[in-house]
Amino acid sequence: MRKLVQTLPGIDHPTRQQNSPLGKDKSHESAVRQVSGQARYVDDMPEPANIGYVALGTSECAAGKIESIDLDAVRNSDGVIDVITIHDIPGHTDIAPVFDGDPVLAENDILFYGQPVYAVLANTTEQARSAAAKGVITVSDGSPTLTVDDALAKQSFVRPTHVIGNESAIETVSGAAHQLSGSLFVGGQEHMYLEGQVSMAIPEEEDRMMIYTSSQHPSEVQKLVAEVLGTKLHRVTVDMRRMGGGFGGKESQAAQWACIAAVLAQRNGLAVKCRLPRSLDMSVTGKRHPFENSWRIGFDENGMIQGADITVNGNCGYSADLSDAIVDRAMFHVDNGYFLGDSHVVGHRLKTSYVSHTAYRGFGGPQGMIVAEAMMDGIARKLGEDPLTIRKRNLYGETTGNTTPYGMDVGFNLLPDMISKLEASADFWQRRETITAFNKSSPIIKKGLAMTPVKFGISFTAKHLNQAGALIHIYTDGSIQVNHGGTEMGQGLHTKIAQIAAHEFGVDTADIEVTSTRTDKVPNTSPTAASSGTDLNGKAVQNACITLKERLIEFWAAECGVSSDGAKFENYQLTIGEHTIDFPALIQAAYLGRISLSSTGYYRTPKIYYDRETGTGRPFFYFAYGVAASEVSIDTLTGEYKVEKVDILHDVGASLNPAIDVGQIEGGFIQGMGWLTSEELKWDDHGRLTSNNMATYKIPAIGDTPAEMNVSLYRRPNDEDSIYHSKAVGEPPFMLAISVWCALKDAIASLDDYQTDPYLPTPATPEKVLDAVMAMQAKSGSNAA
Amino acid sequence: MVRFLLNNEPVELQVNDPNMTVLRFLRERQRKTGTKEGCAAGDCGACTVVVASPSDEGNSLSYTTINSCIALLSSLQGKQLITVEDLADKQALHPVQASMVEHHGSQCGFCTPGFVMSAFALYHTASNPQREDVVDALSGNLCRCTGYRPIIDATLSACADKTDDKFDAQQSQTLEKLATLAQQSTPAVNAKLLMPATRVALKAAIAANPDAPLVAGSTDLALEITQKNIQFECLISLSQMAALKTISSDDQGIHIGAAVPLSQAMETLIQFYPSLKELFTRFASLPVRNQATLGGNVANASPIGDTPPLLLALNAQIIVDDGNAERMIAAKDFFLGYRKTALKAGEWINRITFPLPVANQHLAAYKISKRMEDDISAVLAVFNVVIEDGVVSKVSTGFGGVAATPIHCAPLEQALINQNWQDAACKTTGKQILTDAFSPIDDVRATAAYRKQVLGNLWHRFWLENQANNAIETRVVTHA
Repeated sequence: MRKLVQTLPGIDHPTRQQNSPLGKDKSHESAVRQVSGQARYVDDMPEPANIGYVALGTSECAAGKIESIDLDAVRNSDGVIDVITIHDIPGHTDIAPVFDGDPVLAENDILFYGQPVYAVLANTTEQARSAAAKGVITVSDGSPTLTVDDALAKQSFVRPTHVIGNESAIETVSGAAHQLSGSLFVGGQEHMYLEGQVSMAIPEEEDRMMIYTSSQHPSEVQKLVAEVLGTKLHRVTVDMRRMGGGFGGKESQAAQWACIAAVLAQRNGLAVKCRLPRSLDMSVTGKRHPFENSWRIGFDENGMIQGADITVNGNCGYSADLSDAIVDRAMFHVDNGYFLGDSHVVGHRLKTSYVSHTAYRGFGGPQGMIVAEAMMDGIARKLGEDPLTIRKRNLYGETTGNTTPYGMDVGFNLLPDMISKLEASADFWQRRETITAFNKSSPIIKKGLAMTPVKFGISFTAKHLNQAGALIHIYTDGSIQVNHGGTEMGQGLHTKIAQIAAHEFGVDTADIEVTSTRTDKVPNTSPTAASSGTDLNGKAVQNACITLKERLIEFWAAECGVSSDGAKFENYQLTIGEHTIDFPALIQAAYLGRISLSSTGYYRTPKIYYDRETGTGRPFFYFAYGVAASEVSIDTLTGEYKVEKVDILHDVGASLNPAIDVGQIEGGFIQGMGWLTSEELKWDDHGRLTSNNMATYKIPAIGDTPAEMNVSLYRRPNDEDSIYHSKAVGEPPFMLAISVWCALKDAIASLDDYQTDPYLPTPATPEKVLDAVMAMQAKSGSNAA
Repeated sequence: MVRFLLNNEPVELQVNDPNMTVLRFLRERQRKTGTKEGCAAGDCGACTVVVASPSDEGNSLSYTTINSCIALLSSLQGKQLITVEDLADKQALHPVQASMVEHHGSQCGFCTPGFVMSAFALYHTASNPQREDVVDALSGNLCRCTGYRPIIDATLSACADKTDDKFDAQQSQTLEKLATLAQQSTPAVNAKLLMPATRVALKAAIAANPDAPLVAGSTDLALEITQKNIQFECLISLSQMAALKTISSDDQGIHIGAAVPLSQAMETLIQFYPSLKELFTRFASLPVRNQATLGGNVANASPIGDTPPLLLALNAQIIVDDGNAERMIAAKDFFLGYRKTALKAGEWINRITFPLPVANQHLAAYKISKRMEDDISAVLAVFNVVIEDGVVSKVSTGFGGVAATPIHCAPLEQALINQNWQDAACKTTGKQILTDAFSPIDDVRATAAYRKQVLGNLWHRFWLENQANNAIETRVVTHA
């Protein structure tokens, strides 16, 4: 095998090469089409002439046995073509992603309020929706489990409890100089992708099925559609060009709508579209898991943690879905960037009568990480230190300790240096003084400031998912088509992939076309999730490029009669020694020379493993880091607040595309801010979601973006051999928003001269802030002007 | 028959389905799928389109955004409908589009067409807009990916370097085409979607279709269609009722036609009462304000509508008409129960008359909600106090979100008369009375306890802000 010139980090780092597209602020590959309305989403695709539309009939209680379903009025409604219940599913009826328990339509029992029970197919969407409202579902009285406490009392779990660390930690805590215990309710979060769930199924010859879907996991949709149809996977093809947002909400929970569409399409021999109206989408799909966490820690006079006993309770809803891994990830992140000493972490996966909660950016990590920051605030207030001082003291490091509760060596922790740089650039300590002085003189408005770090583990914790495939074709004009297993949901994956392929071949990204994700091009793909899209698929694409390059070099070296040493693709040319050929000419010559111009590529992440029995291992290939400082003002009369200024320093390794990375950081931060502030999920006493539309569930609007938001990249190549030594960026910045929550607490704490750590459950709506303010005023005896 | 310009092409539509929204017309009938459905409720802006209509003088076009998902076809009569597909000039992107690309303003791209349209309208309505103008113009557009910063930058940048675009270049032709449309007699009456243009015709339309709802901006009525799947047999649109769209003022007060869009009504009211800017900036979003009407908000009589408390506190008069005679109803006599008003069958609201400001008047309208932009009030409080020589001489109030109807607080009004405004007793008495005045409910927006507490605290804020020489900061956000 001839050797290619390898690009290595350091002086010759590819992101610093002048003509390479790597490291450049390339626009999103679809940007022009997006701004001109030409970018097509599933609902925008031209429809086949024969098409029907789906609406769903749903339960109006959270638990009970289905006694009867009267669908006569539904069937007799205008324009109805077909109505199905679970008994009409020809194949498997359980579409659960990992463990059993997710019926495609309700079977014997109602599992949550709003569970789909039947599906109606009609000539128009309006007819289908109108008909769907006419069914009568009779359900016997059931007793829903609507609180975590109730579920704990009933020992109602979707998966067994997992434990990390040692029980000895409990004694270590008691033996420390100081103890502190606390608990925190952490709210869930609606994904609120702007494009709701949608799939279109088009029946093909015999039992073959074509699916267009808005899904982060086309391979799983393919598998589940094949299973519900009772056919094999090779007869089902899934095509996914782009999603209008995913955020985890379309990882496991996009499949149901594709399955229902496919069954109806097959039964009726016509194309079927299943698109959920917003309020239904919000009621029938899972959310970020609400958590109820508690902890007890022991620490010394300096606030250094000696031991920690932490319990996280994930409210999983009615089924396991992805909850096992989500609660694992919450457990893996209760330390955030801090050495906890002797630690014991328990994670319960509670089964409740809610929709099955699912993946959401951070995947349980945020709900775990906020515990670490709550503990830091608690120590600081108890010792009368600034929380940042306590945070710095407890960071992982050679002197503090560098092993996580699950036995992984953190390696070189970037946080000490990053915090120190952000302290300087954000002028943290000067502002700290200014704010403290301001609060003394301002009776109504109080300001708060907090800096919090993020250390986030990168890799799927389900080891087998850490693999990816790619398929590359070079056509005879020198243009290149790239396909890979990742999906585009706005994060810029295809843009980065095009940059990678363009860099490898020394061409411009204009000559790289990244096509829709298709199960007939790259099989058995993993979901685009866990921030891994570029890490996995980028490497697979690079490997496919390398295979093709090796073929081309070998061919051209032979043609020239020279050794292939030192061959390189640059500036649309292949150069071997003194021989140079233009890329299109090379491709044409190779074609005539009968060289295959198509190749697959494959990648699996090295080094990772985890032993569930002992709760130890290296579940992550590496960590991504970030630090944020947020300043807020609160109104102690109303609880209203404003995030005034945010400074962020974030680690993406050697950035493949700084503009896209900054976009992920800012967008993740604001989404995280929404999770912790205005986005409040409310269910009533019957388990019905009442915050079920955009009028009642408030994601951040444009005015919520801080007027001053400074984002910088920490420019240091990844120590691990990731794609060009970049780092994953999808999820980690989300948790930078914990600084907003801590800043709100800081402002509230000013009411008691920073002696008490306020209890502020999330989301910290104005109402919750006012509650905390009043509790603090009652404690300190202070009152507003 | 509805006649309008679809970009540059005249369209004549026989409306057989009065429930057809502009969004469905675009996506399903025209197969123009650039405009997206995000919520079908006017809450996300993915469906934002621009309608251009001749200015009052008729020599230029004014561009306004609306949410096409809750707009009915009647709203297009005589106007030019512009969608995201229409902006580019052949291959050249419009400046607002190019700027969005350049500033990395799109990620998943689903909200992008809506943002582009809002930015396009701003491009045509504001010269050298500032950040707060951009925030206001884009307040009805939600983005879940970017965090908005690049969108703000893109809009600022595009509008700062404004040059004439193809719409400016085509302005006179467009005006001519619209004039031609307008001359094609009055819109022919359709059996399902009636668009009367005169008092007589409106009266006849109501008489012939007593069960047909009157619809003006449709921002609330359309929710019945898109969210509850109700199919109306017949609707009577007020969009052509010129007589309901007038604004005037005289020594009797400020008269605002019932079908005047809220954005125009508010502009006028702010001239007289500058302190209302805060409320009107936070009232829904700009596209909704462009579409919704003052009369609609009042006739709806929702306990969480944002203008009824203002009418109560300002002692506004509601002038209703049945086609034979007008009658005047004081705001305090108008709201009878949950969504129940003093309007009789066959009556409609003609206009609302607000009194002129008086000397030494202190007026504030405070809105409390989870989110500053485009949210429904958990509590709305309007305080209107006259202080003469340091003594309270007149108090009137209006509240939303605390009872089944918009409501005022008589005990507060009585307790404060003749009190010395400076006295802390004014603050504490008012706080006490308001905290206990109503029995609000727990709902998705807030608990009853929070509503009560905040109502009292808002009085505290009002008292403080209206003290002479107050130096204490009271706001986290100011709407100058």
